[in-house]
Amino acid sequence: MINLTINGKKISASKGTTIMEAAKANNINIPNLCYLQDVHKFGSCRICVVEVKGAKTLQASCMTAVSEGMEVYTNSDKVRKARKVLYELILSDHSQECLSCKRNKSCELQELGKTLGVEETRFDGKRSNCVIDVSPSITRDTSKCILCRRCVTACNEIQGNGVINAQNRGFDTVIGTAMDLPLGEVNCVFCGQCTVVCPVGALKETDSVEDVWDAINNREKYVVAQTAPAIRVALGEEFGYEPGTLVTGKLAASLCALGFDSVFDTNFTADLTILEEGTELLHRLKNAVSGKEAILPMITSCSPGWIKYIEHTYPEKLEHLSTCKSPHTMMGALIKSYYAKLIDTDPNNIYVVSIMPCTAKKFEISRPEMKNDDIPNVDAVLTTRELASMIKGAGIDFVKLPDEEFDNPLGMSTGAADIFGITGGVMEAALRTVYELVTGREIPFKDLHVKPIIGFDRVKTAEIKIENPLPEYQAFDGVTLNVAVTSGTKGARQLMDEIISGKSKYHFIEVMGCPGGCITGGGQPRSQDPKIGEKRLKGLYIEDESKPLRKSHENPYIMEIYKEFLEYPGSHISHELLHTHYVRRGIFNELTDERFAINGGIKSVKYKLNEGSSQNGNISDRRKRVREEPESEELLVLRAENEKLKNELADTLETVEIFKQVIADHSCNKSD
Amino acid sequence: MKTETVKCCCQNSEDGEKYQEIANIIDLYKDKKGSLIQILHLAQEIYGYLPLKLQKFIAASLEIPLSEVSGVITFYSFFSTKPRGEHTIRVCLGTACYVRGGKKLIERLQEILKIQAGDTTNDGKFTFEIARCIGACGLAPAMMIDDVVYKQVNVNKLESILSKY
Repeated sequence: MINLTINGKKISASKGTTIMEAAKANNINIPNLCYLQDVHKFGSCRICVVEVKGAKTLQASCMTAVSEGMEVYTNSDKVRKARKVLYELILSDHSQECLSCKRNKSCELQELGKTLGVEETRFDGKRSNCVIDVSPSITRDTSKCILCRRCVTACNEIQGNGVINAQNRGFDTVIGTAMDLPLGEVNCVFCGQCTVVCPVGALKETDSVEDVWDAINNREKYVVAQTAPAIRVALGEEFGYEPGTLVTGKLAASLCALGFDSVFDTNFTADLTILEEGTELLHRLKNAVSGKEAILPMITSCSPGWIKYIEHTYPEKLEHLSTCKSPHTMMGALIKSYYAKLIDTDPNNIYVVSIMPCTAKKFEISRPEMKNDDIPNVDAVLTTRELASMIKGAGIDFVKLPDEEFDNPLGMSTGAADIFGITGGVMEAALRTVYELVTGREIPFKDLHVKPIIGFDRVKTAEIKIENPLPEYQAFDGVTLNVAVTSGTKGARQLMDEIISGKSKYHFIEVMGCPGGCITGGGQPRSQDPKIGEKRLKGLYIEDESKPLRKSHENPYIMEIYKEFLEYPGSHISHELLHTHYVRRGIFNELTDERFAINGGIKSVKYKLNEGSSQNGNISDRRKRVREEPESEELLVLRAENEKLKNELADTLETVEIFKQVIADHSCNKSD
Repeated sequence: MKTETVKCCCQNSEDGEKYQEIANIIDLYKDKKGSLIQILHLAQEIYGYLPLKLQKFIAASLEIPLSEVSGVITFYSFFSTKPRGEHTIRVCLGTACYVRGGKKLIERLQEILKIQAGDTTNDGKFTFEIARCIGACGLAPAMMIDDVVYKQVNVNKLESILSKY
């Protein structure tokens, strides 16, 4: 242990602890901005500086380790003044349209200003160029970026994608893609993990709230909502509930109150996914044990972030994916076919809104594959955060809402569907059904939980031996089923590389695009709590265990929909509505001409505001911003380069002016 | 596999040769950590500049993100993503050179070359850039053409210097 004093208080901390951690453990909070516990430690903002006796300069407490006999002052006059200046300097190059910013009152920079007691901004100088880049999922606004680099850590270190990084140098530094390409043109998987960690409004989901209000207020439209499993354990946080609190009843009630005509549960199609995907797996396994050609391992296809990742990174391996659509697009397809018939409504007049913990699903619904008869399966995706803002905006008192149920027939689900929201959940749900279909017995795990695949390890594996199967599955007798589960694209890369090198021993793999699965997806409420994932996980397992039916194949409405409409799992109509195919994209999108940005023209727009415009100028400029014509990649690159050189020249000229002044002053002094 | 898909982008054989040369260099440095700058340096020497296509090729060959490659390229003013002239003129505007009349050199060069700083002449002969201190303060005002440093340049000397190229 190391002994030191902080603000005169004697404390001890273990070796390697930072000053900030040691202080926190002793109830001293040091103001900070870029630091994010267990995620990002970079020391870029310097807000957490402290005075260390004997040190020449103030030290960033998030980066400096404690040492024996250290005397630290976290709140001295020097420290407080330095923090204020640092804060004001950050503000001097930050768009200050706080009142019209999506992060108003949920902005860490704003909160910090309050903590530091900043009441003035003394520095008003040149501002960086502002780029607003709108992709179907994520909107970047660099005028709000404070260069904390949390998003760079999320994209590079946590997800291993490296789509964004610091570009240019000094004052011109922007966090962006290579050569300023739009996000929709590069291999961004739209997981949205960057939007979760962004402390300000620089990275956020592309807004769909207004589209949804328009639909709700359109009398011609029959507007249907569906909600993913992970919403029910996270939405409450936006209304002051403890993380992980289940608010399923209030969620259904709030959607009714918002004016949706029907409120369904994506859980229903999660159960359906298990039957479709389970059947597909059994088919592939049967082929494998009987010596026929079979592509194994089969990999889950629920997560659109993961799908886009494999399309970019492993375009040759798409046949490993299950052909099942993701549960919410299955639901959309059923609403616009089966349910449309039930309520005798033209599917063109039905508007399906998915409430998802996910930003990638906003992109997913724009894929041409997610259409039937040229009608999109789902019309809009709202993130958990967007739904919360709608509920608040509509004046609904969420806390006081009485619990309500989802509508049927597409609202009933088993416990197996709830755990779709957690890493390992789809696998567990699938095993509960597949094992029972093959052997006629329940899966031999306590409480039906396949323990080895539960939790937040990057890669989890399990072996399930099949003994004494039912007569029709006799071929499986003695076979050991190897499964693996991963979440986050970094883990996916590990398992994919095993497949490519021929070392993969697995039959079935579950991949979720976000670390931890949907409960910690890119559209979930932002939280600084490092245990947030575990708390939400607990909530979903409680929901699972509280249900009388916990295996997808026991869902009576699923049985009914097969009887009345879908015939049997993997039937022709199932394939038409519930299954899909994938696109080979390539790491640089070189294998497809699909572009979800400027070149696409429709899907996404990129705006570039006038360079150097002042913050006041920005407001009117933004209103006037014009959609740019489709442009080629080369032209964009040239423009970016041109812009950069222009800036450099402007810089130089500025320096020249400064020196002119200096020389003029100097000669004045001389003549004095 | 990834490398192959990128290799196809070479349009003509001359390009192909250059890409092959760069590929050989990458092979040489690939397993050495932190050799990206070295590779970019040599690649620029071979190809003349570092367009997006070449950046993609390098990123794919090294199996590192494109944003990292472009991040390094845009960080260092030595690297260019635009075609460069046969010769690069760099006029120093560091403190000493500025005080000794560097700016006049720039104005005159813009007149002579009929381009702005940062651009390349139409005939592709010169790329004209401003440098921030080339470390020759004792020789101010200084300028460089390619690797040659010209000391104590004044506007009258410019034309005769350029005529050597």
